Amino acid sequence: MKNRGIIENLKSLVPTVKPSSLFGWSVFWALVLLPALVWAQDAATQAMSVEYRDIPGLGSRNVVWVVAQQHLLLAGFVLGVPIFAWVCEIVGWKTKEARYDKLAKEFTKLLTSAYATTALFGGILLFLLIGLYPKLMAYLSDIFFPSFIVYCLLFLLETATLYLYWYGWDAMQGNKKTFHLFLGFLLNVFALGIMVVPNAWATFQASPVVVAEGTAIDRAWAATWNPTWWPVNIHRLIANVVLGGFICGAYAGIRYLLAASQEEREHYDWMGYVGNFIGVFGMLPLPFAGYWLMREIYQYNQQMGITLMGGFLAWLFILQAMLIGVLFLGANYYFWMGITYRIPGSERGYRRPILAMLIVLMVCLGVWMTPHSLVASLEEARKMGGTHHPLLGVFGVMSAKMTVSNLMILVTFMSFIMYWRAGKQETAGWAKIAKSVMGALLVLAGIAVIVLGVWGYFVPAIIRINYFSVAQVLIVLFIMLTFTPLTAILMKSAKTTTEMVWGQMPIRAGYALVSNAVMVILLMSLMGYARSSSRVHWHIYGVMRDTSDYAYSPALGYAAAFMSLNTFVFCLLVAFIFWVATMGDKGKKTPDRKEPEPAKIPAGVTPAMAGGSPREQD
Amino acid sequence: MKGPLAKTAILLVGMYVFLKFILPLFTAPLPASLIFLYLALTFASAMIFYTMSGGSLDEFMGPVGRFLTGSGQAGVAGTARVLVFVLFPLLVGWQTYTKLAPSDLPPAENRTIHPAPPGEFVGLANPYPRTPENIMMGKGLYAAFCSPCHGANFDGKGPAAVGFNPPPANFSDPGTIAQLQESYLFWRIKKGGVGLPVEAMPWKSAMPRWEVELPDEWIWKIIMGEYDGAGQSPRTWEEEE
Repeated sequence: MKNRGIIENLKSLVPTVKPSSLFGWSVFWALVLLPALVWAQDAATQAMSVEYRDIPGLGSRNVVWVVAQQHLLLAGFVLGVPIFAWVCEIVGWKTKEARYDKLAKEFTKLLTSAYATTALFGGILLFLLIGLYPKLMAYLSDIFFPSFIVYCLLFLLETATLYLYWYGWDAMQGNKKTFHLFLGFLLNVFALGIMVVPNAWATFQASPVVVAEGTAIDRAWAATWNPTWWPVNIHRLIANVVLGGFICGAYAGIRYLLAASQEEREHYDWMGYVGNFIGVFGMLPLPFAGYWLMREIYQYNQQMGITLMGGFLAWLFILQAMLIGVLFLGANYYFWMGITYRIPGSERGYRRPILAMLIVLMVCLGVWMTPHSLVASLEEARKMGGTHHPLLGVFGVMSAKMTVSNLMILVTFMSFIMYWRAGKQETAGWAKIAKSVMGALLVLAGIAVIVLGVWGYFVPAIIRINYFSVAQVLIVLFIMLTFTPLTAILMKSAKTTTEMVWGQMPIRAGYALVSNAVMVILLMSLMGYARSSSRVHWHIYGVMRDTSDYAYSPALGYAAAFMSLNTFVFCLLVAFIFWVATMGDKGKKTPDRKEPEPAKIPAGVTPAMAGGSPREQD
Repeated sequence: MKGPLAKTAILLVGMYVFLKFILPLFTAPLPASLIFLYLALTFASAMIFYTMSGGSLDEFMGPVGRFLTGSGQAGVAGTARVLVFVLFPLLVGWQTYTKLAPSDLPPAENRTIHPAPPGEFVGLANPYPRTPENIMMGKGLYAAFCSPCHGANFDGKGPAAVGFNPPPANFSDPGTIAQLQESYLFWRIKKGGVGLPVEAMPWKSAMPRWEVELPDEWIWKIIMGEYDGAGQSPRTWEEEE
């Protein structure tokens, strides 16, 4: 009744306009609907003014934390695996060794099953962010909308390429193999794009570059090229390879433990070796990339740098040291067990060098894990004269940490070289000289790294950061880049004294592979939290403040519990995905169907992967 | 005492004796947390080394298995085994009790010595040139206001230092001011212990709030004098001079 009254009043307000005319009806209904538009606008304004929503009982931040971490870990795996799957495929294609192609295909099988789950978690994360943090997402959308389009395009291209790469594997053998390899290349290019575009959004939150003028593309481009974008891109790219390698290693480890036949044991032993090799290969340059990232953060903002390295987050770096230490030890342990078990009779010959390497690794880890400010009771602190120990306090600063991390990398690299050379006798006439030169270079490199580390205490920080630390890294890289080709040339003409036996590793080798994967997942969860928390009470550092109920940094114990939860959930997810992925294999293996004989290695072909492959026994 | 297990036990005892009793003869005693860390690493080393091959694993775990199952443990060995089974739980119980029993001692703390500075102090540069006159003036002001606690030799051993716990910072230690930018020192001197942020709890600093007594110019010059006197350089992002 009330509405009818309003309409009648409105009719009286427009006496000059005849309702029979189209224009008249338009004006009439415009006036009628005007209040409705205002009401709708009010509702829209009210919706737009909602800055946060919460999930009662769970907490919006906790939910986003878990989902984002799962998405990131899955994405790390999905983007890391194509890199080495493709490399394995190339190796198989070049050496004509079918085992590498089979391995690459197996890696890709894991990839396809994980891909959908990654996208699923990405979608859930997006909905949660839009729903729970509308103001922040509106701001980020305003700045990054052009890159959203690029991201969608890349995602489409990546998906299409992955389908072609996986489903076309068997069809594109023979003369079509090069096209398949090209698809693998494209897959990696798109994967790289899929990683670097969202990295811009995340790094923008930590180190924003806000430009008020220019077109949408100008603003998005300026925000993308923020100070920590490329350091994070490089760090994540390498870390994804490490994650992928160790997870594939863990998969192989579990399959090895479950293997029913000797053939399966041999295959998964070898796959575990390759996974560990890839993980270690990525792990060697990772500390350098991490150091560069931290340097950029420190240079970008002193406050953020100190919060991370000297403030309340500094304890995370002690945990990081422990996890990296366990990872290095696990990887070396696996190499050493490989020498002992795969090369019969070698245990006695390598016992001493292994002991020496173990002692160096442990001393280095001890230094790395020694905090600058020690946890001490009041009485202990009194005796020390503070929480800095007068003697061991020197281990707490970056000069010491950089030195020991470089030494650990050197030792791990030498473990790999030792494994490569085990069971072989160099025949080249210059082998003795080459080995002596390598030995001398190694000793000199070790001394140089230590001298630079000690010297670093007596020079200004900028000299240490810009020259000494860089020199330490270059020395280690020099050793790796000279020893690898030199050893490869030596091994080419070497004769095998003891055949490598696959499938003989003890069960603890399988557990070591699983432990490495768990460590790297924990490590990524830990440092992901550190990077995110360094923004403290800012959504976008210095630009948009967090005004939600969760604008505080969680206690370290609480954070550690969430990191463990994230690791556990991710392990469950991966286990489920792999279980689903391999379900089909069991169905294929019928009793009356024989597996095809693997191709023989042509005479004179050297296994491309260091340490060889099961085919060496043929 | 030849087996891997015996060697591990000897190594652990030797390490403990070294860290707990021998090292303190030359320097300050180590806190229990650090001793535990180093012993854990030592034990991990032995575990890794002796589980590398099947033979050494059997040698390492064999005695443990025999001890637990009691196979071949007669006479003195058998009695010792029973004693261990009785004494070990008692030892664990005693340890648990001493950890949980109410005590008037404060718990061990993981104090954040260098918390992040407030935003308004980030990026500040010393506005005064590093001239010999300014450094000299800074050292003079340091001698008047800072040296009673931080020491005439910049080593944290001033005459008043003994009265403080934790003691005043030792500027000649490369782990203190050499790791920080000048703006950080400016903040800490200006705001003192009462200006420490939440993350620096339990706020154990007796540093006075010098902004009520000293003008900014003097604080900047004191910083210059401190670095020069301690033989350190501030953390910068540009190479100077």
